[in-house]
Amino acid sequence: MFNQQSPFIQKTSSVTQVMLLVMLALIPGILVYVYYFGFGVLFNLSAAIITALVSEFIILKMRGLSVKNYITDGSAIVAASLLAISIPSIAPWWIIVIGTLFTIVIAKHLYGGLGSNLFNPAMVGYAALLISFPAIMTKWPQPIEYLSIHEHLNIFLYGLKEKVDGFTSATPLDFVKTQLFLGNKVIDTSSYQSYANATKIIGIGYLLGGIFLWYKKIITWHLPITFIISLFVIASIFWLIDPIQFQNPMTHILSGGSLLCAFFIITDPVSGPTTPKGKIIFALGVAVLVYLIRVFGGYPEGIAFAVIFMNICVPLIDKYSQPKVFGHD
Amino acid sequence: MKIIENIFKFNGGVKAQTRKSISTKVGIQKIGIPKYLKIPLRQHIGNLPKLKVKEGDVVLKGQLIAEADGSVSAAIHAPTSGKIKSIEKILLPHPSGLPDYGVIIESDMKDKWIKKIPINWAKIGVEATIKALQNSGIVGLGGAAFPSHLKMGSKATKINTLIVNAAECEPYITCDDMVMRERSEDLINGIELVESLLGAKNTIIGIEDNKPEALSQLQFHTKSHKNISIKVVPTIYPSGDAKRLIFLINGIKIPKGKRSSEYGIQMFNVATIIAIYRYISFGEPSLSRITTISGNITKPQNYEVLFGTPLKALINQSGGQKIKNDNFIMGGPMMGFKLPSIDVPVTKAMNCVLGAEPEMIEDKKEPLPCIRCAKCAEACPVSLQPQELYWFSKSDQFEKAQEYKLFDCIECGCCSYVCPSNIPLVQFYRYAKSELISEFRAQEEADVARERNEFRIMRLEREKQERAERNAKRRAQSSKEEKSKLIDEKRAAISAAMDRIKEYEKKK
Amino acid sequence: MLIAILVLILLALIIGLVLGFSSIKFKVKGDPIVEKIDAILPQTQCGQCSYPGCKPYAKAIASGEADINQCPPGGEDGVKALAELMGVEYKPLDESHGITKPKSVAFIDEDTCIGCTLCIQACPVDAILGAAKQMHTIIEKECTGCELCLPPCPVDCITMEVIEENAENWKWKYPVYSLSKKPAKVQ
Repeated sequence: MFNQQSPFIQKTSSVTQVMLLVMLALIPGILVYVYYFGFGVLFNLSAAIITALVSEFIILKMRGLSVKNYITDGSAIVAASLLAISIPSIAPWWIIVIGTLFTIVIAKHLYGGLGSNLFNPAMVGYAALLISFPAIMTKWPQPIEYLSIHEHLNIFLYGLKEKVDGFTSATPLDFVKTQLFLGNKVIDTSSYQSYANATKIIGIGYLLGGIFLWYKKIITWHLPITFIISLFVIASIFWLIDPIQFQNPMTHILSGGSLLCAFFIITDPVSGPTTPKGKIIFALGVAVLVYLIRVFGGYPEGIAFAVIFMNICVPLIDKYSQPKVFGHD
Repeated sequence: MKIIENIFKFNGGVKAQTRKSISTKVGIQKIGIPKYLKIPLRQHIGNLPKLKVKEGDVVLKGQLIAEADGSVSAAIHAPTSGKIKSIEKILLPHPSGLPDYGVIIESDMKDKWIKKIPINWAKIGVEATIKALQNSGIVGLGGAAFPSHLKMGSKATKINTLIVNAAECEPYITCDDMVMRERSEDLINGIELVESLLGAKNTIIGIEDNKPEALSQLQFHTKSHKNISIKVVPTIYPSGDAKRLIFLINGIKIPKGKRSSEYGIQMFNVATIIAIYRYISFGEPSLSRITTISGNITKPQNYEVLFGTPLKALINQSGGQKIKNDNFIMGGPMMGFKLPSIDVPVTKAMNCVLGAEPEMIEDKKEPLPCIRCAKCAEACPVSLQPQELYWFSKSDQFEKAQEYKLFDCIECGCCSYVCPSNIPLVQFYRYAKSELISEFRAQEEADVARERNEFRIMRLEREKQERAERNAKRRAQSSKEEKSKLIDEKRAAISAAMDRIKEYEKKK
Repeated sequence: MLIAILVLILLALIIGLVLGFSSIKFKVKGDPIVEKIDAILPQTQCGQCSYPGCKPYAKAIASGEADINQCPPGGEDGVKALAELMGVEYKPLDESHGITKPKSVAFIDEDTCIGCTLCIQACPVDAILGAAKQMHTIIEKECTGCELCLPPCPVDCITMEVIEENAENWKWKYPVYSLSKKPAKVQ
């Protein structure tokens, strides 16, 4: 009925294809993650995907939309996966389930469904979890202890029963921040060096995935390159002022979720800007906010809040960054 | 002649499968003279021409049957000799499927020419030649059908460069390619003629790189012509769009609302130039064109067709559709439209007819909502924001769509081609443009009505005032005696009239 | 505390002075709102709004005498535009003033016309050509479809013809496809 007008030919591409390629691009990073931190993340992923599909099915039925068309577009799976790899892999099962429900039902469907969400759904879910369960969300496993699948499954189902001191810790960023807060100088970095190395390699895994996405023309260079460069620049400025107080820029880029953010989180098309200039402004804003929250703010990782804050500014950014139409000055 | 290196690239564009080789296996074929030719009056942009014949008239090939009405109009000639059978409403090859007036000629199969009078343009001068072109019936044969004599420049505009559009960027269409392969000599002569008429200093032929045979023909024929250069542009759709091609050739960006003649450039299609050449040098008005028939067709090829030939003749000659679905598209797959019926004649704008391939007309997957990926903005050759235009057109916010330059859209279809959600974007733009244009028209009519109403009110006021002045003057002039004399006269007239009535009644 | 009050009073005085000054210096002659309302009205001059023409109705809306939903030829779109301009709530067209009809033009049956000029005097835009005892005819392009010529004609020779869609005024339609299982809403 709607193919009665030109154009009568079309490039074979679909939302499902795009989402599938994003999932493929996540695989190198996830594999490295499993290598260093064990299978916990896979349990989180499976729980996230199942919760996402079930909740989306129920919501689509309630909204009266065609389930077949919308469930197969894969956007729910991508959002849930991003959330699953952002939270600690030793979190119990109900954390990821609540987070995914938040992401799919509230951040995506209550705002209007595919294409209508104002905020990045994965980041909304993460922020909600971080604020509601701060203790669990800041307990990260160390790479030195390598648990078996059975032990991971136990933690997943029943939660971390005993306070295993040598096992859990804060992330390197969190560690440095707490020490500086206590007034200690952080010179000896050997205690968490292996942890820092692990996160660096994982970051490189995501970088490879991001380059794959760019090669396949799913994302453009504007968002990731601008984010990395801006973060590097602002981190360098502060590091040059006081190398002890502030960590060096490479750490900032390679640790935490910076590279994941650069290639997978800020490139969410629905909540991000649509114009090339707008993308550069958006990435710059996110980078600055991420740095400020990490260094001066109350949370060790500032990506979720930075992204949500810049999402609010997107309509304004879009309006004022319209490119010049052909021939008009 | 020299080949210029290409260094400009417009934003976006798509690389679709060109499918051109299927219709270039044989040369341009001729088709027999049909028994009945239905020639619509509405074949071009501008006013309808005025009929000069009536039913029963005998006409010769090339005889004027409708005269151009005003300057934005084109003439229509009889494509073959015969008799005017009738002047009635015939089905037009137009997306609406609505009929409009046309002339039906019954051919006598003799194909007898009227006396051809070539124009010695050097003798009568450029201005007189351009005026004579108004009677040639030549309109842009690239598909736009704009009367060509209007593009031949005037005293006010100075043209430095003539650009010949040999790009033919849409998939399947090969009529210009075949014309260049077979009639390059006519083309080069035509270019020299048009260049002199325009007063241009040089010519650039813009051709896509997927036409090597045509390119070699052009190179051969322009060997000794120093003023004609050839620029080969990469095969990206829509590099054949006039303003895009001008940008590819010399980097000048012409916005909507400005004409290329304001920048000293004029552009013509290759077939149009040959038509102008044949009219001026041989006295042959525009009677036929090369049409490609391709796509889902048994024997896809190019034909030289007389205007008014029934489309069915072309389809039958090419063996009909390979997979029968009775759906045909006029134009290319990116910008053409579905023909509501095949009972239509071939017109001046019909550069291609496609048998619809099954995947072209099948009901595609339901469109998903827009995911703001901006792939359409990346593909738009005019650097618009198709997603913004889509949101505004969809919600009937036409003023905002106009603000975001809706009318700059050339409806090329690149945005719909790349959309991952399968949204039929161009349909929304066409709808929004239609609505805005009818709103403008209604606004213009309302302004005229307001003026007329205000004038009427003023006129009534004026009449009332004049009447009052007259009465005051009359009352002031006559004295009491004259007044009583007037009253007596009136009384006498009334009683005389009453007597007359009584007499009349008595007689009855 | 006292200083705060004094500062606020001073501020109020300054702003009041500025506003008073600008209201005198930048005063706009005439009543531009009437022109703006008149620009939205369709200029049919039919009088269905119970005012003798579009300009009087515009003046009545500006003065608050008339409501915005009394113009049938303007349709729902006209009411919405007026509501936005005047900053009031949209309300549907008042049916007591008539219903929105498709655009039509008047047509005089020449066999019946007696040349009495009553319709010419009635036409608000002078769209009827004719004189006493001469044939009358409607100038199609100028006719607004107001129907004011129908009642005065003593021989009832005027009819309204709806303007059909033809090749000249054909428009592309709104693309319709459904996003849900529910049947598509026809626009």
